Amino acid sequence: MNRFLDTFFAPQVFARYLPEVLAAIWTTLWLGVVVIVAGIAIGLMLACLRAARKWWLTLPIVIFADMLRALPPLVLILLIYFGLPALGITLSGPLVLILVLTAVLAAFAEEIFWAGLTALPRGQWEAGRATGLGFVQVLIFIALPQAVRMGIPSLVNRSLAITKMTALGSVIGVKEILAVSSSAQAVSGSATPLTLAAIAYLVIFLPAVVLARWLERRFTWKV
Amino acid sequence: MTPMLEIAALEKRFGDTTVLRNIDLKVRRGELVFVIGPSGSGKSTMLRCCNRLEEPTSGSIFIAGRNIMNALSKDLNSLRLQTGMVFQGFHLYPHMSVVRNVMLAQVKALKRGEAEAKARAMDMLDRVGLAHKAEAMPTELSGGQQQRVAIARALALDPKVMLFDEPTSALDPELVGSVLKVMKDLKAQGMTMLVVSHEMGFAREAADRVVFMDGGVVVEQGPPEAIFGNPQHERTRAFLSRVSSHA
Ligand SMILES: Nc1ncnc2c1ncn2[C@@H]1O[C@H](COP(=O)(O)OP(=O)(O)OP(=O)(O)O)[C@@H](O)[C@H]1O
Ligand SMILES: [Mg+2]
Repeated sequence: MNRFLDTFFAPQVFARYLPEVLAAIWTTLWLGVVVIVAGIAIGLMLACLRAARKWWLTLPIVIFADMLRALPPLVLILLIYFGLPALGITLSGPLVLILVLTAVLAAFAEEIFWAGLTALPRGQWEAGRATGLGFVQVLIFIALPQAVRMGIPSLVNRSLAITKMTALGSVIGVKEILAVSSSAQAVSGSATPLTLAAIAYLVIFLPAVVLARWLERRFTWKV
Repeated sequence: MTPMLEIAALEKRFGDTTVLRNIDLKVRRGELVFVIGPSGSGKSTMLRCCNRLEEPTSGSIFIAGRNIMNALSKDLNSLRLQTGMVFQGFHLYPHMSVVRNVMLAQVKALKRGEAEAKARAMDMLDRVGLAHKAEAMPTELSGGQQQRVAIARALALDPKVMLFDEPTSALDPELVGSVLKVMKDLKAQGMTMLVVSHEMGFAREAADRVVFMDGGVVVEQGPPEAIFGNPQHERTRAFLSRVSSHA
């Protein structure tokens, strides 16, 4: 039992690395918020463009969405972080992480919004058009609000998943929770910093999961 | 006097199949014209051509003397304000309250102010007997109530003609009457209406003229007494006997 406590909950190690992990919580949080806001906004925009049903818009959007959903994000992160400097472009670790995760979330969000738009009965569009509303007006006031509501449970889950993927930043020097605690683990030779990391993730994600549950209940479509 | 709605030499093809051929039909101001015919005869398609929800292959549609086929697609939205359409499936917007359903196009298409649109919406809801449901969500209403809201939504835009596509076909029998009553009131107030329906009793009572369609053409038309009492064409007789034996 003592050995267990010494390995995972050594008090001195705990106190020594707490400030660093706390700072890393903020890094993970703001990375997550930026990625979620930008990813969902871009996904929404792409779904709207796709709704125009022009093949020259649909084709690039579908290629983008399928590629980014198919590739493991870590591959993209490594490719851009270590590949681009060879072309003379150097991007910082956090920037690469934000770019890749935003693009991945945008791809999933676009598919979620698009699924909602196509699930909408045709009569909704016809009712809108028959009352003199234009395409964009029907999209904004009738179709999207319903598509968004239908998509909320999946969007919430995707957002949580993508925020956890900020841990991938640890391989390109982003000082988020996992990076900080695993280097502390290496230095101290104790697993306690990793326990701290687990606690830190719980601090962030338990409230998020509870909020997600509430959102799902609030917006799940009643027919 | 120019008819309120005139369909002239209307033709509609879907690919190789001709669904409507050489349709001529006039609806005068204040008239209620009733369209009957077997499934697939093109009734809905004809109605949907009247606001270009379906694009006619050739022919003309005049609303109050103006050919809407000449309109550019950018003017189509304002033209559609002149026809109100009621669908079999209501198609209320489920994410908006009843009053918001009736306000939306007033505000966004007619550019009325919020207050004016709301007052007008309450007026229209009162006319269909649902002012007390203004703040309800559509899913909280019965089918008959939803359809009356859909009628109010169309009326709030001051259309010149109302188009009804089987407005009571999706309703439980005991709810049909409330919708038909609203339509009768509308007729009494002088609204011009083109109605596709299977409610033969209603046609006898309220229609000025009954049009029988089959296979994409108008087979015959006349006052309800004539069409129901003494149909001239074998196809009309066959259809009417089929329908009445089911009733
Ligand atoms: N979008 C479409 N594409 C191809 N064919 C169509 C389309 N819409 C309608 N049709 C065909 O046109 C014909 C007329 O259809 P329409 O819906 O106008 O008939 P209807 O008289 O309203 O029938 P019902 O009483 O069943 O509503 C049918 O044969 C139908 O299959
Ligand atoms: Mg039909």
